Amino acid sequence: MSLTNLTLKAAIDGLAAREFTSVELTRAHIEAIEAARGLNAYILETPDKAIDMAAKSDARRALGEAGPLEGAPLGVKDLFCTNGVRTTACSKILENFVPTYESTVTSQLWRDGAVMLGKLNLDQFAMGSSNETSYFGPVTNPWRAQGSTKALTPGGSSGGSAAAVAADLCLGATATDTGGSIRQPAAFTGTVGIKPTYGRCSRWGVVAFASSLDQAGPIAKTVEDAALLLTSMSGHDPKDSTSLDIPVPDFTQFVGKSVKGLKIGIPKEYRVDNMPAEIEKLWQDGIAWLKEAGCEIVDISLPHTKYALPAYYIVAPAEASSNLARYDGMRYGLREEGANLTEIYENTRASGFGDEVKRRILIGTYVLSAGYYDAYYLKALKVRRRIAEDFDNAWTQCDAILTPTAPSAAFGLGENSNDPIAMYLNDVFTVTTNLAGLPGLSLPAGLDANGLPLGLQIIGKPLDEATVFSVAGAVEKAAGFTAKAEKWW
Amino acid sequence: MNENTKVIKGRTGDWEMVLGLEVHAQVASKSKLFSGAAVGFGAGPNEQVSLVDAAMPGMLPVLNRFCVEQAVKTGLGLRAQINLKSRFDRKNYFYPDLPQGYQISQFDQPIVGEGVVSVERDDGTTFDVRIERLHLEQDAGKSLHDQDPNATYVDLNRAGTALMEIVSKPDMRTSEEAAAYVKKLRTILVYLGTCDGDMEKGNLRADVNVSVCRPGDYEKFRATGDFKHLGTRCEIKNVNSYRYIQQAIEYEARRQIEILEDGGKVDQETRLFDPTKGETRSMRSKEEAHDYRYFPDPDLLPLVLDPAWVKSIEETLPELPDAKKARLQSQYGLSAYDAGVLIIDADRADYFEAAAKGRDAKLVANWVTNELLAKLSAAGTEFTNSPLPHTDIAQLVELIENGTISSKIAKEVFEHMWAGEGRPAEIVEKRGLVQINDTGAIEKAIDDLIAGNPDKAEAVKDKPQALGWFVGQVMKATGGKANPGTVNELLRKKLGVE
Repeated sequence: MSLTNLTLKAAIDGLAAREFTSVELTRAHIEAIEAARGLNAYILETPDKAIDMAAKSDARRALGEAGPLEGAPLGVKDLFCTNGVRTTACSKILENFVPTYESTVTSQLWRDGAVMLGKLNLDQFAMGSSNETSYFGPVTNPWRAQGSTKALTPGGSSGGSAAAVAADLCLGATATDTGGSIRQPAAFTGTVGIKPTYGRCSRWGVVAFASSLDQAGPIAKTVEDAALLLTSMSGHDPKDSTSLDIPVPDFTQFVGKSVKGLKIGIPKEYRVDNMPAEIEKLWQDGIAWLKEAGCEIVDISLPHTKYALPAYYIVAPAEASSNLARYDGMRYGLREEGANLTEIYENTRASGFGDEVKRRILIGTYVLSAGYYDAYYLKALKVRRRIAEDFDNAWTQCDAILTPTAPSAAFGLGENSNDPIAMYLNDVFTVTTNLAGLPGLSLPAGLDANGLPLGLQIIGKPLDEATVFSVAGAVEKAAGFTAKAEKWW
Repeated sequence: MNENTKVIKGRTGDWEMVLGLEVHAQVASKSKLFSGAAVGFGAGPNEQVSLVDAAMPGMLPVLNRFCVEQAVKTGLGLRAQINLKSRFDRKNYFYPDLPQGYQISQFDQPIVGEGVVSVERDDGTTFDVRIERLHLEQDAGKSLHDQDPNATYVDLNRAGTALMEIVSKPDMRTSEEAAAYVKKLRTILVYLGTCDGDMEKGNLRADVNVSVCRPGDYEKFRATGDFKHLGTRCEIKNVNSYRYIQQAIEYEARRQIEILEDGGKVDQETRLFDPTKGETRSMRSKEEAHDYRYFPDPDLLPLVLDPAWVKSIEETLPELPDAKKARLQSQYGLSAYDAGVLIIDADRADYFEAAAKGRDAKLVANWVTNELLAKLSAAGTEFTNSPLPHTDIAQLVELIENGTISSKIAKEVFEHMWAGEGRPAEIVEKRGLVQINDTGAIEKAIDDLIAGNPDKAEAVKDKPQALGWFVGQVMKATGGKANPGTVNELLRKKLGVE
């Protein structure tokens, strides 16, 4: 067995048992990355830095100073600013941007001993559901339909993170989720991803898309690995005013914990039109597994669900239109010259942003404009409040909610790229938790008829990642999902 | 009708002006509103800029608690409502000196609500200006257009500095009132220590809203609150001296009247005052006005204040100008005018109070507000830096009180004090300026004078006003040191003048 096939937990155990060194483990990953360039998961490989960090990690371990992630090589979504390492948000406008600072989340991973392998591809500024809006080109999903060589999307926006984990190009990866950008790619690639409660992870040093929705989280090979990573990534940061000053438990202790007696809500509104039968079946399997594990299944209603997607596609672009105003060619990043100030702005932003980013900036600018604000933005905020209340009501009946993660399995690259609405529909099951600030986890629970992975989502109460991990652990155990993408790259 | 309203004569009849001000006061704070970067005047370009101020990717604002405290303190000083819940919003527009592409401000939920400022006119009468609101916001950086013919330079040192925008209601009716309001506001802010009030550095500057109307219209507005009774207003941006405020208003009111009298209509617009030409000119019209797309800043939580914290700030408020003035009048028997001069800054009043301890307070007030103030002003300094300590003024007054020197001699002594010759008693001693109270010496001088001028001594009996000549001669003969009271008394007796 190759070192890259290990789970994060197994690798850390192996390092602790001196079965191999971090340098060996890291080198194995660097080789795997080099061999997998066709997937386009990494847009920047940092092998020298990785080996250097690994050697230092081995030295720390030799001194008995091992942190919880000591020696584990990870990938970093290129939305996290990394000190001295180019950070682009997969845009042209930040193509050559090198931060002088390290995001809080990644600095906590390095604090705990992890090793950085490089920067991972994503949809430009995290805007997309297929990784196709990346300035560096799309990521190809390591998974293919049985008997097909058609290139599939790994989902988005954290497509690079999900593909890298699925193809064993890292032991785990950082990701971010504004409307489903951790969970949908996790579902498309047979990996585990969790978006924690809004405020669990600091947003400081993460290139902003929509501030009130953005949350960092991990993509990992197992529920336990995700718990390990999230424990390290979470925590109060005084540099982020929306960061919660609440203790972070060791999330791994909840994985494998009995779920007996827990009430699991099944929201009827998540049974959408045209949902593939296989996804409906998977959902039923999940219900059956949890029943067997001793959970009580409760039918619940989240009546405003149908308004979530439209509300999301008003709030997120509105915030984005303002957050992205700083990319103006004045202080850093791309600058295209012009005859006057307005032309410099126009040329820089026309050239520096891709179509999807421009679309969202325009939508956002529109919904905040005088005369439209009340009808769109303010209305969307009201809907958001109703959606949060739906969940508040649900929590009087259940402890966690089980839904499918995405309405389909991975689709072909190019299939939806000319139809923004079809693309936005990918987020239909995931945006609600962003709007309500709740934790949501996706884990692989089965394959469809084409042999492609499908995910189930577990939604928890605010700050109750513990229950989410317990339920996910139970589903993982019952599903016994062990399939891996067959290596073709 | 307010008798202080100034009527402006036009070709078609009388006009009046209506003025409202938005004053931007830089919060006195060592660091910026949302970043830890230092605030200070005189640093090199872009030396006081943090990653947050430069709006680097992924940077987030964190509210400076001290700036909030300063705003609350100011609100309390303006006798205004403190809003326990307020919110920060983004005001979106593009400009090179605005790195984020938006200014963090407070739109519809400001930290401070309605209040009132009592303002003194030059003639000593007072009027109230109602405060509409006070909100916190970030300042922008500075664009320097004069460094290079083909480029604009940007200095971000000021970017992110905390400002308080204090918005008045349209309660001022003359340019003098507007200037007096800004003066009073500045005094209050400086008392509170919430703004240094330095207008030259732009730390206090005003946007002036000017409109004109016919006599009677303003009263209708005040009765109904309906702005339709008032004329269309123009906003003159960033005026940073009392004189410019007055000039800008006078010019602008005239300009609007001329338009209206020519049958035109005033366009609502933003204008700039050009101090070299004494004119206002159009900056942008209402049609060109930005759509700022205000929305709540999602990087910041709503600002919720603990009432106990607000109360603790209230308890530490210093004595404010109005209260101090009233106390100086009642405690020391000062005139409203003297008290008004003394309270212009707290140091002045403190100086007075220290010097007046155990002395004739009115006399001390005279010396402080006249001689000393004149000297300090001429030297371009203030009471905190006075070369003469309050104990010197106290001693000088004591010497007058106990008859050692006359008031006239005291002025001479004061000149020597200012010249650095020592304490008043030493100067009097050294220069032999002690008043002659010895009746014998004075009598001798008077007798000599009468003997030498018998005709004048005779004439004065019918013309008592000629007594002054004798007084002058006696003073001259005694080198000005004779006690004037004694001289007068003895002269009257000897000359038989009642």
